[in-house]
Amino acid sequence: MSKTNVNTFRNQPDEAGRFGIHGGRFVAETLMPLILNVEKAYKEASADKSFQREMYYYQKHYIGRPSPLYFAERMTAHFGGAKLYLKRDELNHTGAHKINNVLGQALLAKRMGKTKIIAETGAGQHGVATATACALFNMECEVFMGAEDVERQKPNVDRMRLLGAKIHPVTSGTGTLKDAMNEALRYWVTNAETHFYIIGTAAGPHPYPQMVRDFQSVIGTEAREQILEAEGRLPNALVACIGGGSNAIGLFYPFLDDTDVAIYGVEAAGKGLGSGLHAASLTGGTPGILHGNRTYLLQNDDGQITDAHSISAGLDYPGIGPEHSWLHDIGRVNYVSATDEEALVAFQLCARLEGIIPALEPSHALAYLSTVIGDMDSDDIVILNMCGRGDKDLGAVLPVLEKLGRM
Amino acid sequence: MAGRIDTAFAKAKAENRGSLGVFITAGDPDAATTEALLDGLVDAGVDFIELGMPFSDPMADGPAIQAASLRALKGGMSLTATLEIARNFRQRHPDMPLVLMGYYNPIYIYGNDRFIADSVAAGVDGLIIVDLPPEEDSELCIPARDAGLNVVRLITPTSHDQRLPAILAQASGFVYYVSVTGITGMASAAATSISDAYQRIRKQTDLPIVTGFGIRTPEQAAESARLSDGAVVGSAVVDIIADGVANPSSPDVAENRAAIVRKVAAFVGELSAAIRA
Repeated sequence: MSKTNVNTFRNQPDEAGRFGIHGGRFVAETLMPLILNVEKAYKEASADKSFQREMYYYQKHYIGRPSPLYFAERMTAHFGGAKLYLKRDELNHTGAHKINNVLGQALLAKRMGKTKIIAETGAGQHGVATATACALFNMECEVFMGAEDVERQKPNVDRMRLLGAKIHPVTSGTGTLKDAMNEALRYWVTNAETHFYIIGTAAGPHPYPQMVRDFQSVIGTEAREQILEAEGRLPNALVACIGGGSNAIGLFYPFLDDTDVAIYGVEAAGKGLGSGLHAASLTGGTPGILHGNRTYLLQNDDGQITDAHSISAGLDYPGIGPEHSWLHDIGRVNYVSATDEEALVAFQLCARLEGIIPALEPSHALAYLSTVIGDMDSDDIVILNMCGRGDKDLGAVLPVLEKLGRM
Repeated sequence: MAGRIDTAFAKAKAENRGSLGVFITAGDPDAATTEALLDGLVDAGVDFIELGMPFSDPMADGPAIQAASLRALKGGMSLTATLEIARNFRQRHPDMPLVLMGYYNPIYIYGNDRFIADSVAAGVDGLIIVDLPPEEDSELCIPARDAGLNVVRLITPTSHDQRLPAILAQASGFVYYVSVTGITGMASAAATSISDAYQRIRKQTDLPIVTGFGIRTPEQAAESARLSDGAVVGSAVVDIIADGVANPSSPDVAENRAAIVRKVAAFVGELSAAIRA
């Protein structure tokens, strides 16, 4: 059990990979030596300036960082409250924040001499980012994707194929992100010595939650500098969507010790928290052990994992990164939720008011904005992580909007 | 007093042969059939039994045992009901070693202390928890060992020599050598690799070392039991149950269940004969 230093929220995890009671290394013995190797290699890389330089080079020249922090004037006027800034991570190469983490892990894999990469993907953004990095670094790429997600995210499937990745559609379970991760782990167990597993979210066995957070923290580090430059002060609130929670922890982490900054993580409430058809692990789940870590999970009273539901394939996961579970336990971050329908309304609103088609994932964060902003003053500041663009979602969204008569 | 596991391995050794273990999933396809299957395994001559505690997301299992878990859960199986099966089994079979095998989450939700107490009371001899490596020993494995349960460790081809002391530190009963780097039910390992691994592990422990994963035929079981101290067969048995459920030999459910039990017992009888040959 880790001790919490009251002076900082940025001292997790401990040596055993624990964030409070969460995190850890709950994996089969076959994987243990590998995970310990990844941990060792990551520690060495973190301390190596040449690794940091290499990452910075690709962040700047390949991803296109820093991403802008954009004052969303028309949405600000629409809500009539605080000033809204969008952290434009949807402008990254490949269209989402996922590439920040993938680049870091791919460079680590390269450093470890691994040339074969495994990844799981839900919405396909992490899969596309991984396929991209593998093309860039001449690595073999195998992506595990739930069969249902292969259907609802076809443009990303085509992209991955074009980039040279092999797609494994996963039919076990519900054929979504959870099952893709099960299959990716099974494949990794079977190919333990030769492959590197690039996990796409801030979850899984230690050191992944820490490593993914560190690679994604570039979002919050930039946003902090940018808002200080634009406004001369820190924001009053941060808002980000949460499936596994990598974009959110990336934005939140550099602000955790700025306790005047209110932080909101928005989970997917699907058809409503009361319906049982949602993906809100923190607001609707209990702590348990899945995919190598202890964290809040959607599960029944026998400890069987239950199915998540969200219109957004990227949030459709019954767990959440362990650091979020800890931040929830200690109350530093407010975890809230938005429904499918609320996300759809926000999706359309953002497109019409700002000319930005958001992904369905950050549409959940956008949907919660009215609740946060309504109570704030006009000189208050909110930063929302626009973590992905919505082109991939048109196939899923347009028929619904047409049916609702909103197109 | 030596435990049931120690006694069973000593007996097989005295007969100058390896031991045979068989895995089935509790509640696959229902509790009553599991109880009948367990009786059949004892009659067929197994030396110990691994009873799977079904889990929705079995990370280290192949399609056969994944499907077995789902059949069991669909049939209403739970950890409470699994312990009930164990308790009933112990009343019928006072000497046969019974090891529960599964994943940590259902136990964690049931409550670690309550699970350990109920397992001891039910007459369970040991635990194999796939996703609890030695690094996560403190919550369940050490209290379980202190309560008298054997903590059976998995050792894999990736467990290098420097890691073995940590793995073996809390191990008791026997050690389970996972002979292939992979999930359950895949291809079997080469004889030389089993033999090499056995020598490597033997240098660091006196516990019996059994081989599992990928053992499907009586010949493979006999060979693995000869190269180590025993063999475990799981997916091949579970496949017979799956086939019996999917292709009923009788429209009468009870009759079909009885047919499944007979087929499994016949197959396990062949395994048992092979390791005694």
